[in-house]
Amino acid sequence: MSTLDPAAAAPARPWSIAGSPLTWAALALLLVYPFVASPFFIYQVGGYALVLGIIALSLMFLAGYGGMVSLSQMSAAGLAGYMVAILGSNSVGTGFDWPWWVVVPMAVLVGALFSTGTGLLAVRTAGIYTIMITLAIGMALFLLTQQNYAIFNGHSGFAGIAAPVVLGVDWHQPVPFYYLALFVAAACYAAVLYVARAPFGLALQAIRDNPRRMHALGFHVLAHRVAAYAFAGVIAGLGGVLLVWFNGRISPGTIGVDRMIDILVIAIVGGIRHPAGAFLGAIFFVILETFAIDIVGAERFNTMIGMLFLVVVVFSPDGLLGLWGKARRSLQRQELPNN
Amino acid sequence: MAEPVRTTLGDTGAYALELAGVGRRFGALAALSDVTMSVRAGERRAVLGSNGAGKTTLFNMITGDIALSAGSIRFFGEDITRFPTYERIRRGLRRTYQISQLFGRLSVRDSVFLACRGVSRRRFSFVRPRPDDATLEQAGRIMSAVRLEGRAEALVAELSHGEQRQLELALALAGAPRFILFDEPAAGLSPHERRELVGILTALPAHIGYIIIEHDLDIALRVAQRVTMMHNGRILKEGTPEEIESDPEVQEIYLGGGHG
Ligand SMILES: Nc1ncnc2c1ncn2[C@@H]1O[C@H](COP(=O)(O)OP(=O)(O)OP(=O)(O)O)[C@@H](O)[C@H]1O
Ligand SMILES: [Mg+2]
Repeated sequence: MSTLDPAAAAPARPWSIAGSPLTWAALALLLVYPFVASPFFIYQVGGYALVLGIIALSLMFLAGYGGMVSLSQMSAAGLAGYMVAILGSNSVGTGFDWPWWVVVPMAVLVGALFSTGTGLLAVRTAGIYTIMITLAIGMALFLLTQQNYAIFNGHSGFAGIAAPVVLGVDWHQPVPFYYLALFVAAACYAAVLYVARAPFGLALQAIRDNPRRMHALGFHVLAHRVAAYAFAGVIAGLGGVLLVWFNGRISPGTIGVDRMIDILVIAIVGGIRHPAGAFLGAIFFVILETFAIDIVGAERFNTMIGMLFLVVVVFSPDGLLGLWGKARRSLQRQELPNN
Repeated sequence: MAEPVRTTLGDTGAYALELAGVGRRFGALAALSDVTMSVRAGERRAVLGSNGAGKTTLFNMITGDIALSAGSIRFFGEDITRFPTYERIRRGLRRTYQISQLFGRLSVRDSVFLACRGVSRRRFSFVRPRPDDATLEQAGRIMSAVRLEGRAEALVAELSHGEQRQLELALALAGAPRFILFDEPAAGLSPHERRELVGILTALPAHIGYIIIEHDLDIALRVAQRVTMMHNGRILKEGTPEEIESDPEVQEIYLGGGHG
């Protein structure tokens, strides 16, 4: 059995909150990144990877801690994005023009409610059936947005959506948007790590390992799982708001099946066992998407992603994070004889 | 979700458990038929019976792990027949499993901590416990009671078989139980570990009653005040350890005449 570096999967000092030196180093790197990168790299690569990472984090929380692989986290994010377009302003002119501080909480709430509803339908299933039912739910939302013109404006969706200007900062500009996405990503990341060690998250992991025993310890397993979907929905909703601000537009294509699967690929390739995997996978995915299209062409991009997905899953079931863990262990082994 | 009303032992009558006509079929197989038995609060009862007698099924009926096909069950006077498992647990019922049911990727401390929190309202808490948290302290005491304090940070999957059985015990002892069902806790243990188990059982506070399923007659008769013999899904005999040991029918069926 290949296990991820135990220090990452289950902290040795379970009740401590402080991050590892590696976490602080990564955060420092992410903070100085805009000073060394071009606007294209700051926005199209950095900002986009952080946004996709947040949505993948939502899936990671459900799948890694709860054992529930939900494909419809992208749908929850997309619905939150739609709410930003509908409740705020868009170029179609059908928006409610509500201020951002009303729109954003409403959008996140709707995303969370959608995720909770998905949970209500999906928590009685397990394994492949969870994937199937969440895929069906995501498909249903996709078709609804495509066919409904009154609310979702059909297949053309909405454009002209921009992040607001707040405190004199235009959050649509590359550097502000990057830091905004980084702030939200760091907050979600810390929240997931924190909750994972709180009674709620511990119970979720225990339910993943043995639901029957959790019943016999007094836990309402299904209610707990639905609550996990709600929590994941808040994260997905935040990611969805940032995504629509990033793109400036949203249409059924944003929440299509291929996009739902992208999120799964990101989470699995990065490593489903730890929240960091979601962001690692997103960086990997965005870099590939940005540059592979120039090299192999758009049609072959999906083939290439598929192949890489296979390679990673076959050689390291715990994704890129698992490779890191392996490398570290083999380094430690090599050092042993010297001691 | 309403928290159970905790009644004191005095006003709930003399019985912890009252089973009336409990039955369970698996297809054509009657794993349990017409089981009627009562266990007093604080009583220690052993259930004996050959393989497939229906002992584990009896436990599954009492905890609600599996729904019963017939009959009714009362727990401290309250009809719990239709209650989901977690509601029964919140009323003070606990069990161990014949085949350990643990959380492979959690640490021992986390497992016991959850067992203590499962019966409290704070099981849904999003706030991490402080180091001086009462539940954590309780978990520490229970880990010491089953001699697992040295393995608190170990992952459950890394535990030896004996240690996993100790953790099974710990999960059942957590969170102020009133009545515990032990399903062959001694199976696969070394003689030394068996002695420790007997020590733990006999040291339980007097108000905690239990039923223990145990193939080892020596252990069963040492830790139980009364014995129920099961055979083919039915109750065959009930009595004191001496009565059961000397019963000719029991000797023939269960002991094969040899062990006595
Ligand atoms: N979930 C189930 N589905 C089908 N048959 C079952 C199930 N559980 C138990 N049985 C059957 O019911 C009968 C009683 O099983 P049970 O596990 O209660 O016996 P037991 O007395 O605990 O035996 P042992 O000493 O081997 O543990 C057996 O014939 C068993 O095969
Ligand atoms: Mg059994």
